[in-house]
Amino acid sequence: MTNEPTKDGTRTPAEPPDDDARDAPDGRGGDGGGDGGDGKAVGGGTATPDGGGRLALLRGRSELGVCVLLLAIGVLVLVDARTMDTGYAQRGPVGPEAAPTVIGIALLVVAALLAVDVLRGGRGEAEGGEDIDLDAPSEWRTVLLLAGVFLATAFLIGEVGFPIAGALLFWGAAYALGSRAYAGDPLVAAVLSVVTYTVFNNLLGVPLPGGPLMEVL
Amino acid sequence: MDSLTSLIDGFGTALTPAHLLWAAVGVLLGTAIGVLPGIGPAMAVALLLPVTYGLEPTAALIMFAGIYYGGMFGGSTTSILLNTPGESAAVVAAIEGNPMAKSGRGSQALAAAAIGHFAGGMIGTVLLVALAPVIADLAVDIGAPDYFALMVLAFIAVTSVLGRSRIRGFASLLVGLTIGLVGLDQMTGQERLTFGSLQLADGIDVIIVAVGLFAVGEALWVAARLRSGNQGPIPVGRPWLARSDVRRTWKPWLRGPVIGFPFGAIPAGGAEIPTFLSYVTEKRLSKHKDEFGKGAIEGVAGPESAASASAAGTLVSMLTLGLPTTATAAVMLAAFQQYGIQPGPLLFDREPDLVWGLIASLFLGMFLLLLINLPLAPVWAKLLRIPRPYLYAGILFFAAVGAYAVSGEAVDLVILLVIGLIGLGMRRYGLPVLPAIIGVILGPAAEQQMRRALQLSDGSLSGLVNTPFAVTVYAVIALILLWPLVRRLVTSGAGRARRGSRTP
Repeated sequence: MTNEPTKDGTRTPAEPPDDDARDAPDGRGGDGGGDGGDGKAVGGGTATPDGGGRLALLRGRSELGVCVLLLAIGVLVLVDARTMDTGYAQRGPVGPEAAPTVIGIALLVVAALLAVDVLRGGRGEAEGGEDIDLDAPSEWRTVLLLAGVFLATAFLIGEVGFPIAGALLFWGAAYALGSRAYAGDPLVAAVLSVVTYTVFNNLLGVPLPGGPLMEVL
Repeated sequence: MDSLTSLIDGFGTALTPAHLLWAAVGVLLGTAIGVLPGIGPAMAVALLLPVTYGLEPTAALIMFAGIYYGGMFGGSTTSILLNTPGESAAVVAAIEGNPMAKSGRGSQALAAAAIGHFAGGMIGTVLLVALAPVIADLAVDIGAPDYFALMVLAFIAVTSVLGRSRIRGFASLLVGLTIGLVGLDQMTGQERLTFGSLQLADGIDVIIVAVGLFAVGEALWVAARLRSGNQGPIPVGRPWLARSDVRRTWKPWLRGPVIGFPFGAIPAGGAEIPTFLSYVTEKRLSKHKDEFGKGAIEGVAGPESAASASAAGTLVSMLTLGLPTTATAAVMLAAFQQYGIQPGPLLFDREPDLVWGLIASLFLGMFLLLLINLPLAPVWAKLLRIPRPYLYAGILFFAAVGAYAVSGEAVDLVILLVIGLIGLGMRRYGLPVLPAIIGVILGPAAEQQMRRALQLSDGSLSGLVNTPFAVTVYAVIALILLWPLVRRLVTSGAGRARRGSRTP
């Protein structure tokens, strides 16, 4: 998150032209996915915005972050396998470290091969879909907002119970996604959350925490 | 004959009022979720898993099967009326279905698709009844090395047959396998990748991985690139077919399953390839070749029938070998495991009530689906107007419900978010999601089988290849791996032509 200002400073102004707008998110993408993987941040950080001609190179470079991430996971898995206490309780000739070792080495190999592929101009095709506009600049702010709302829900659910936390999750997510019906959204959220709670808790036999609200009712 | 009596017993199980109710709830929910834009069957099944937590296994799986088939019925409505299909298997339906809807023949397209699904599902399920017990019998004798070989085949096939980049498929698979490693080793109790955390020692629940990758990952990815100003769905009336339409569609309906079923049963990625093959076949055989691309009804009927039959084929390898060949089947396998039931050759012996009840409910579900889809299509189509913020907020909401319901721990929501962010990154960089989920689900089982096989051979690697079956499977794997090379050598031109026509 710390290096965001520099990247923002260099990138955001370049948004209007189609091409630059498209790779601007790459830099910030690393930050958005910071919880998921720092590798992407590294890849995004190294990319320097330039004219549209360098676009392919830029995109390729941000994908190198995936390689770094795979490499990191591979090293992690291998280190974990090496430090395993394999002496005890071993049954048979193959211990618990065998599979991680194979997977770890495979991760390193794939990371290298992917790097080669990316450097030779190969690139991952971003997934399309019904509501996805691949030509639009990415809204990493929305993603961050959603992640924040989701985390808040995780912390709230034990405190205030599911009906309230769930309603806040839906409302917050809808707001992050651009819904601005200030009367309708909370109402939909509250109804959805309470109905879901009742159906799961009382009809389907899946317990959810009611929280103070349900104790009052 | 034996399976026929079992099937009749199965109907006895499925026709109890409670089970009938759950089947009906399943097809209704499945259709509703399947129609919702942006939600494919895999995500539908993953999101609806928690609904079944409180039920007994038979009821839960009956409901689940309804969701599975319902999702496929609903999905074709989306691709015909919106044109931008949410999942690969429905791509072909959009090629002809959407032009039909645009030219005012949406009702006929919907009817051809719904009846196609019905025909394909029926024929496919009949084949399932005929073949599954036979395959289960054959598979009873196969041992650890054979299983390991089959699982490796599944790994290689999902990464190589589908997708545009093998290396990215393998990357995804390895990410899945790594997630599968987290927790206590099943054989020795050794902690792996837990970093001393008690939470991680239990492993990461497959459901959370599935919901995270499919639902949260997708919602976040869409949020990053939300299309503004969606074009609305094409309005449509009640589906119906004129006699001239039926004359053109009955053969494709019957041909579809012939292509779809076998492809569903092998690990070749489910319905994507057979729907495309069916489309090409119908185009070649049609008397109305000029209409293709502009709304030929055969191009809807055949592929949709093939898609449903391939879903039935998927169930064959899932039930008899415990081998999921599609994302949806992988999530269903996770559902089985949730109840401590391990699909495999012994399933038919150990849980006959459950399996045959499930199969019988597939037949019932198909009739229910035809009933609720034909007359009510305009009602379902209304779901396509749902505001996108509500849709994706709802996906996140139910993903949270599902993950939380697994064990009632808030930490699971944090893990869910992290996996969702991984899913977002995978979509951004073109890593397919399917290999990852197959890796998570099959990885631990494959490791067990490998270690069991090597235990028998006392550590010698020959223990993995000492049966004819295993050798055959490895030969197939080698063929798949070398296929691009072979194809380049043999038919360099044909390959290019085929790839060209695949992107319509």
